[in-house]
Amino acid sequence: MDIKTLKEKLNLKLLCGDDLDRTITGCYCGDLLSWVMSRAQENDVWLTVMGNINSVGVAVLADVACIVLTENAALDADALQRAEQNGVVILQTDKNTYQMAAAISQLI
Amino acid sequence: MEEVRLHYDVNAYDFTCAGEASGKLKRSLKNLGFNSAVIRNVAIAVYEAEINMVIHAEGGVIDAIITPDCITVILADHGPGIPDIELAMKEGYSTAPENVRALGFGAGMGLPNIKKYTDEMNIDTVIGVGTTITLKVYNK
Ligand SMILES: Nc1ncnc2c1ncn2[C@@H]1O[C@H](COP(=O)(O)OP(=O)(O)OP(=O)(O)O)[C@@H](O)[C@H]1O
Ligand SMILES: [Mg+2]
Repeated sequence: MDIKTLKEKLNLKLLCGDDLDRTITGCYCGDLLSWVMSRAQENDVWLTVMGNINSVGVAVLADVACIVLTENAALDADALQRAEQNGVVILQTDKNTYQMAAAISQLI
Repeated sequence: MEEVRLHYDVNAYDFTCAGEASGKLKRSLKNLGFNSAVIRNVAIAVYEAEINMVIHAEGGVIDAIITPDCITVILADHGPGIPDIELAMKEGYSTAPENVRALGFGAGMGLPNIKKYTDEMNIDTVIGVGTTITLKVYNK
């Protein structure tokens, strides 16, 4: 499945990024950056409430497909700027991380 | 490919650096044609060490020496040093202050991650003088 399909099926709000054709192969949930860094797999959707610039750094280095900010967690202005520079796709949902992960597991 | 040397400065207490040096190194390795597994291992390890220099020391310098067989990265800071390396290497051990934890750091997983994703890791630390971490990832 690609990010575009995920966005449409789960009604996600696109905050930044345009490479929506990228394929998603899994999902990782977590807010502690060092855990995410070592456990998230390439092409995972990363579910988190951390919308700061460091999350964008982790997304780039861990090569996740996209970030989904759950519970409408805010994206900081400097994080948005860094994400745009690095082509990181960030989406947002009002659902919590559990609900989102459960819905994603139905799709992939 | 000849030997390639890269150098990065890491600013003190700049939490917004967000792994800028490791990101640049990652791009360079990509351009040099290393495979994605090797790049990922280097990127994760250098990121953790870079962030540690920002959070626990007062910034520092990163030098990468890249040959076709091996990527060596030396991260040197003039921070407080690490009193007990064995303890610091334990998963979950962290002295990160509250303001830094609120940003998602402080899981105590950084040094264990470096160990896990490198072929060699050496910590050289002197209290009150600084810490130098040398890591190697072989090109397999
Ligand atoms: N460069 C350094 N200078 C001084 N102390 C350090 C340095 N790097 C690590 N430490 C010490 O070792 C501890 C463990 O480091 P580690 O990277 O594993 O965890 P952390 O940085 O606290 O949290 P995390 O990396 O999971 O966000 C730190 O909390 C700190 O006390
Ligand atoms: Mg750390």
